[in-house]
Amino acid sequence: MPTTDELKQRIESALPGAQAQVEDLTGGGDHFRAEVVSDRFTGLSRIEQHQLVYGVFGEEVGAAIHALSIKTSTP
Amino acid sequence: MESTEIREFLEQAIGENEVMLFLKGTPEQPACGFSMRTAGALNALGVRYAALDVLPDQRIRQELSGLSGWPTIPQLFVGGELIGGCDIVMEMYENGELAERLGVEMPEDEDIEPAPTQAEMPVSNGPIPLENRLNN
Repeated sequence: MPTTDELKQRIESALPGAQAQVEDLTGGGDHFRAEVVSDRFTGLSRIEQHQLVYGVFGEEVGAAIHALSIKTSTP
Repeated sequence: MESTEIREFLEQAIGENEVMLFLKGTPEQPACGFSMRTAGALNALGVRYAALDVLPDQRIRQELSGLSGWPTIPQLFVGGELIGGCDIVMEMYENGELAERLGVEMPEDEDIEPAPTQAEMPVSNGPIPLENRLNN
């Protein structure tokens, strides 16, 4: 079962320089919310920014990670 | 039904419906809070939209995510283009971008109610029940 720390580290290592805050919405280890700040988002549409974060987890989103709510911004 | 037929059906649904929502359950009876909020935003704006429940066949979701590149449900398409899932739709609803994109006025009461029941929904503005041809 993924933990908030694991998700945070995976986002930050996949998107160098990014800062992520991950919250377990239900305490059940499968519904998460991630707030990610990265300069990689500059010039991307919101949907492309979210796809970049979803891309870190591939097919785990919808499987082990039932739901991942995302908020993205640039520094 | 073959997976390729499902994908063709989904492409057709996205292409033919100006506002197309894929969700878990129906706009009247959403089976998930994210689907409920997304349908609720569209209902609050009073737009006509087509909706398809992805739950009857697991392959609907697989094929949909395959063609959209978006892993979760709900997914909202406008004019054939993916707008996003619940977070993006809610953010766009709240800042007025969604109303602008759909060419409607923001309602005066900005609080989003849970999806109203069909009886409360004006007939002309209700979701178009999309025939679910994926059921055999």
